[in-house]
Amino acid sequence: MYEFDYHTPQTIDDARALLSGRDDPKLLAGGQTLLPTMKQRLAAPSDLIDLRKVTGLDGITGAGDTLRIGAMVRHAAVAASDEVRQAIPALAALAGGIGDPLVRHRGTLGGSIANNDPSADYPAGCLALAATISTDRREIGADEFFLGMFETALEEDEIITGVAFPVPRKAGYAKFPNPASRYAMVGVFVAQTGNAVRVAVTGAGPGVFRVPAMETALASDFSAQAIADISVPSDGLLEDLHGSAEYRANLVTVMAKRAVQSAL
Amino acid sequence: MPTVTMTVNGKQRSAEAETRTLLVSFLREQLGLTGTHVGCDTSQCGACVVHVDGVAVKSCTLLAVQADGAEVTTIEGLAKGRELHPIQAAFKEHHGLQCGFCTPGMIMTAVDMLRRIPEPDEPTIRAELEGNFCRCTGYHNIVKAIKAASEAM
Amino acid sequence: MPADKGGNGAQSGIGAAVRRKEDFRFITGAGRYTDDITLPGQSYAYFLRSPYAHAQIAAIDIAAAEASPGVVAVFTGKDVAADGLGGLICGWMIHSKDGSEMRTGAHPVLALDRVRYVGDHVAVVIAESLAEAKAGAELIDVDYEEYDAVVGVEAALAENAPQLHDEVPGNLCFAWELGDKAATEAAFDRAARRVTLTFANNRLIPNAMEPRAAIGDYDRGTGDYTLYTTSQNPHVARLVLSAFVGVAPEHKLRVIAPDVGGGFGSKIFIYAEETVCVWAAAKLRRPVKWTAERNESFLSDAHGRDHVSHAELALDADGRMLGLRVHTRANLGAYLSTFASSVPTYLYGTLLSGQYDIPAIYVEVDGVFTHTAPVDAYRGAGRPEATYLVERIVETAARELDMDPVEFRRRNFIREFPHQTPVIMNYDIGDYDASLNEACRLVDYAGFADRRAASEARGRKRGIGFSAYIEACGIAPSQAVGSLGAGVGLWESAEVRVNPTGSVEVLTGSHSHGQGHETTFAQLVSDQLGIPIENVEVVHGDTDKVQFGMGTYGSRSGAVGMSAIQLALDKVIAKGRRIAAHLLEAGEEDITFDGGSFQVAGTDRAVPFADLALQAYTGHGFPTNEIEPGLKESAFYDPVNFTFPAGCHIAEVEIDPETGVTHIENFVAVDDFGTIINPMIVAGQVHGGVAQGIGQAMLENCAYDPESGQLLSGSFMDYCMPRADDLPEFVVGMTETPCTTNPLGIKGCGEAGAIGAPAAIVNAVTDALGIRDIAMPVTPERVWRAINS
Repeated sequence: MYEFDYHTPQTIDDARALLSGRDDPKLLAGGQTLLPTMKQRLAAPSDLIDLRKVTGLDGITGAGDTLRIGAMVRHAAVAASDEVRQAIPALAALAGGIGDPLVRHRGTLGGSIANNDPSADYPAGCLALAATISTDRREIGADEFFLGMFETALEEDEIITGVAFPVPRKAGYAKFPNPASRYAMVGVFVAQTGNAVRVAVTGAGPGVFRVPAMETALASDFSAQAIADISVPSDGLLEDLHGSAEYRANLVTVMAKRAVQSAL
Repeated sequence: MPTVTMTVNGKQRSAEAETRTLLVSFLREQLGLTGTHVGCDTSQCGACVVHVDGVAVKSCTLLAVQADGAEVTTIEGLAKGRELHPIQAAFKEHHGLQCGFCTPGMIMTAVDMLRRIPEPDEPTIRAELEGNFCRCTGYHNIVKAIKAASEAM
Repeated sequence: MPADKGGNGAQSGIGAAVRRKEDFRFITGAGRYTDDITLPGQSYAYFLRSPYAHAQIAAIDIAAAEASPGVVAVFTGKDVAADGLGGLICGWMIHSKDGSEMRTGAHPVLALDRVRYVGDHVAVVIAESLAEAKAGAELIDVDYEEYDAVVGVEAALAENAPQLHDEVPGNLCFAWELGDKAATEAAFDRAARRVTLTFANNRLIPNAMEPRAAIGDYDRGTGDYTLYTTSQNPHVARLVLSAFVGVAPEHKLRVIAPDVGGGFGSKIFIYAEETVCVWAAAKLRRPVKWTAERNESFLSDAHGRDHVSHAELALDADGRMLGLRVHTRANLGAYLSTFASSVPTYLYGTLLSGQYDIPAIYVEVDGVFTHTAPVDAYRGAGRPEATYLVERIVETAARELDMDPVEFRRRNFIREFPHQTPVIMNYDIGDYDASLNEACRLVDYAGFADRRAASEARGRKRGIGFSAYIEACGIAPSQAVGSLGAGVGLWESAEVRVNPTGSVEVLTGSHSHGQGHETTFAQLVSDQLGIPIENVEVVHGDTDKVQFGMGTYGSRSGAVGMSAIQLALDKVIAKGRRIAAHLLEAGEEDITFDGGSFQVAGTDRAVPFADLALQAYTGHGFPTNEIEPGLKESAFYDPVNFTFPAGCHIAEVEIDPETGVTHIENFVAVDDFGTIINPMIVAGQVHGGVAQGIGQAMLENCAYDPESGQLLSGSFMDYCMPRADDLPEFVVGMTETPCTTNPLGIKGCGEAGAIGAPAAIVNAVTDALGIRDIAMPVTPERVWRAINS
C-alpha cells in the first residue's frame, strides 16, 4: 500500500471541502473493498477521508411506506435491524448474506453502492426496490444511479448520505455465490411494490440490470411458474473461471424463481 | 507519522504508525502481539480476526488509524492467565486445531458468533465460519468445538 | 473401533485420546511462527517476480532501486552466480525406458538470462522496511523479450513447442516405465472385456494457512549462519543448502523450523527465497526476513498433481481383472523441485495395483516441463493420482459389467498376504473386505435405493460412489529407495534423554506442523517408561538440538519416526536393567521393567524409574568402569518395507439439476492405519485429508491461461478453498491390521483422506448423473452442462 494522508472530518461540509482540495482523494466508509484494492497497489489515493465521525450518516428509520438507511450503516446492522426485518425482510436477508460476518461488521450500504461492483448485492436490492439515493446535494433514483461496471451517477466530490427504500408488498432475494470469492455470481432481487414488480439482477452482467419480461409476467402472476420459461440472453453477460455467460443466464432464471418463492 | 492510541486487551497502548499501517501490522509489529496472523491478502482467510469495539473484524482490512480510540481485543486477551475462555477450552477438548495458524482468528470469530447467536445449530455454525479458512481440520472438530462451547456457556 | 473421539477410554498411553500438549500456546496466541520472530537489525526482502511465463532477460537496471529510500541492497542472479552458489536441486534420479538419465536444465536461485514461469524470481530488494523494499522493486527496470509459453503437457510435447531448457529437447524430462509390458499386452489379448478412460488429475495449489517465510542471520564473530524457516524437514534444508547450493558449511549452518502453520508437502522443498535470505544475511551482515504474501504462495509454492492419463483395464468373462495399462503425462512445471521426479513415478506407478489382484500392470509416465510453477509433492503425492485412476476405472468397469461396484471390488480384492504386486510393492498385510463392509454399514448402503427414490421425488439426483484406496507410507526403506533413484536414505533418528530427575526429552527428526507429535510421541514414551506424560518433552525443528532427521512427509512420522523412538527407548530400558541389576544386587536377566519400575523378578525389590535415573547420573550405585554414567540413547530406524494403509471411502451426493450444485449428503471414511496411538489425532488427520480430497474433487483448480501462461487462479478470489459450509460432517471408522514390518505396527494416517476422497466423490456424481465421466473439480457449471448436454 502506498502512503496517503488520512482525515476524519466531523461534518459533511468538512468532508466535501477535503474532497475538493486534494489530488486524488477517496472517501473511506467500511473499507472492505477499498483497502484490499489499495493493498494490491491497484489504487493509490492521495488522501483517505474517513467518514466514521461524520454525523448524519447513521441510523435506520421507518416512516410509513419508506425505510431510510444511513450511508454508514453496516451490513450487520441492517441484517439485525428489527425495522428492516419487519418492513423489508428480503433486504435484511440480503445484507446478512454480504461477504462474511467479519466483513458485515465493517462494510456499509453507502460504500457498497458507491463502488457499484458488478457482483455486489446491494445494487440489486436498490434497483428492484426503486430506492432513492440521497447525497449531500440531491436525490437520485436507483434507475439513474447505477451506470455500469464500477460506475455511478455520483459526481467526483459527491457524498452519499443515505438510501430510502419504498416498502414493498413482497420481496425476495436469491443469490448464487461464486464458489471461491462468494460474491454474487448471480443474485436476483424481486420486489412487488404497489402493483408493479421489479426484477434486478446482479453478478451476471457488467452492472446491475432489470429483466422487463419477468417483471411483466410477475405483475400478472406473482409466482415462480410465471417466469420459469423466461430467460435472459447470454450475450454480454460476464464470464470467468467459475461460470460462463450461458451458465449465468440459466442461473438468472433459477435465482429469479427462487427469489419469488422466498417472497411468497 | 500519526500516533495511534487504542485500548488493547484492557491496556491503553500508543505507538507511531504510518497512515497505511494495517491494524494487524500495528498489533504484530508495534505492539508485539503476534497471536493475530496474516494468511492472505484478499481479506478472505480470517487468520487476522480481532474484536474492535466489541465486534469481530478482519484486522488486515482496517487501518490502525481507523481504530484510533477503539477498544481492541486480540487472542492474547481472551484467557485470564491459565484460565481459558470456554471457547479456547472447547477447541482443545474437541481437537479443533492442528497447526494452530488459523486458530486465533477462528476462536475470535467463534466468540463473536456466540455473542450474537448463543445456540447455533451446525449449519449456522458452518455458515458463520464463511470468513475463516482452515486447511488442517476439515472444520469438523471446529464445528464440534463451537457447538460444545455454546452448550457449556 | 469407534473412531472420532473413541479410544480405549484411558487418559494416557497408547490408544488413548489424549488432549494435545501443544494446544495451549496455539489457542492463547502464544505460538511462535517464523514471521512472529523479529531479530535486532532485521531487514526485509521483497522478490521481484517475472510477469511473463517465458521471456529472455536482456538487461536489468537496478540503479534507481538501489537509490530508493531505505533500500539496503538489490541482488540479481548475477550476484548469486558471482558468489559461486549452485542452483536448486532435485534429489531423485529417474531413468527413462532407454536407460538414460532424466534431463533437466539448471534451476538458478535467481534467474540469470531467462524466466520460465509467472512468478519466477528475477531480483531481490532488501530494505529497512517491507514497504521500502516493495517501492524499490517497482524501480527495477527489466528489459524482457517475451517468448511463447506452454502450460499444458500436450502442448509442451507438440512439435515446435516452445522449449524450456536447452538440455531438454522436446521438453521431455523422462519417459519412464514400470511393469511387464509383454505380460500386460498378453493379458489384454485374452481379455473378454476392456474398459478405457482418459482423464486429467487437476492441478492444485497447497495453500497451507501460514505462508512460507524465512529469516537469514549471520554471526560475523563466529561465522555461524542461522536460518529460521517454514520447513517440514529442517535437516534436509540444511543438507541441501550446504552440500548442494553451497550457502554455508553444514556445521556452521543452523536451521530452525519453529511452529509451522501447515505444510501438506509444500514446505518440504528448498526454495529460492530462504536460500537468498541466508546468503544475503551473510553478505549484508544483518538479518534478512522474507514472508510470502498469499499471492506469492499461489505463484511460487510448488503445486501438486496435474496429470493427464489414459487407462485401460482388461477383464475376463467373470469380471476378474487381468491387466492394467496406463499412460500418464505428468506436468513438472518449469524446473524440477526437490522431490518432483519421484512423485509421478515411484510414488504413483507403484500403487496402480490398488487393493486388487491384478496379474499384469504396465505404466508409462512422461515427465514434461511447462512454463508453470514447479510441481512437487502435495498431500498424498502420486498416490491420490494412482487411487483416482484405479478407483475411477474400477467403478466404470463395474457399471459396464452391470455389477454392483461393491461386489465387483470384492471379486478382485487381494486376500492373501504378503502380496507381491506387479509394480514393485509387497503388501505386508491388510483386510480390504473389513473396511469395505464397515463403510457400507456406516453409510447404510442397503438403504441407498430408498434414499435415491426420495431424492428423485424431490426433483434431485442422488448418487453413491466408492473408493477403496491403498497407499504406501512410512517412506521409506533406504536401500529400496536408493535403488529407485533417491539421493538420500529415508530413515529417521531419535534420541531419548533421561534427566536426573526422571523427566525425559525426546529429540526427533520428525517435525510437527499440525500432526500433534508433541502429544503422540510423548504418549509412546509415557507408556513405555511408565512416567507421566507431563514429564515428557518432545523436541524437534532445530538442527542444533536434533542431530539429524529426514523430516515429516509421506505419512512417515508414526511408522518411521516413532519406530526410531521405540528403538531408543528399548536401549534406555536395556541400560536401565543393567544399572538396576547392580543397584538391586541381582542378575541382569532377572530384572524386569514394568509400570515405571525396575524389579527383581519374583521379589519386591524394585527401583522406580526416576530413582534409577538419578543413580545413573550420580554414579554412586554401580561400577562406572563397567557401565557408563548417564541415561541417554539414540537410534536410527530404517524401515524394511513401506507400510500400506488402506481403506474405503464412500460419498453420497445429491444434485440440484437446476443449478448443478452438488451437495454431499454422507461421507464415510473407514481406514486401516494399523496400530493407533491417539485416535482423536488420527481422526483429525482423516478429516483434514478428506477435506482436501473433496476440495480437489469439487472446488479447487489451478488454472493457467493457455496462451499467456498467466496464473488465472492466483488468489482466494479465484482459487476455491474449501470452507466450513462446503463440507459435511464426516463419519470416520477404523479397522486395524497392524503393520508387520515395524515395531509398533503403525501404518500412517496423514494422507489417506486426500487419497481416497476424490474418486469417491466423482464416482458418486457420475452415478447420480448416469454418465461415464466428468472432470474434476465437479463444479456446478460442469454438472449443469452434463445434465443439459
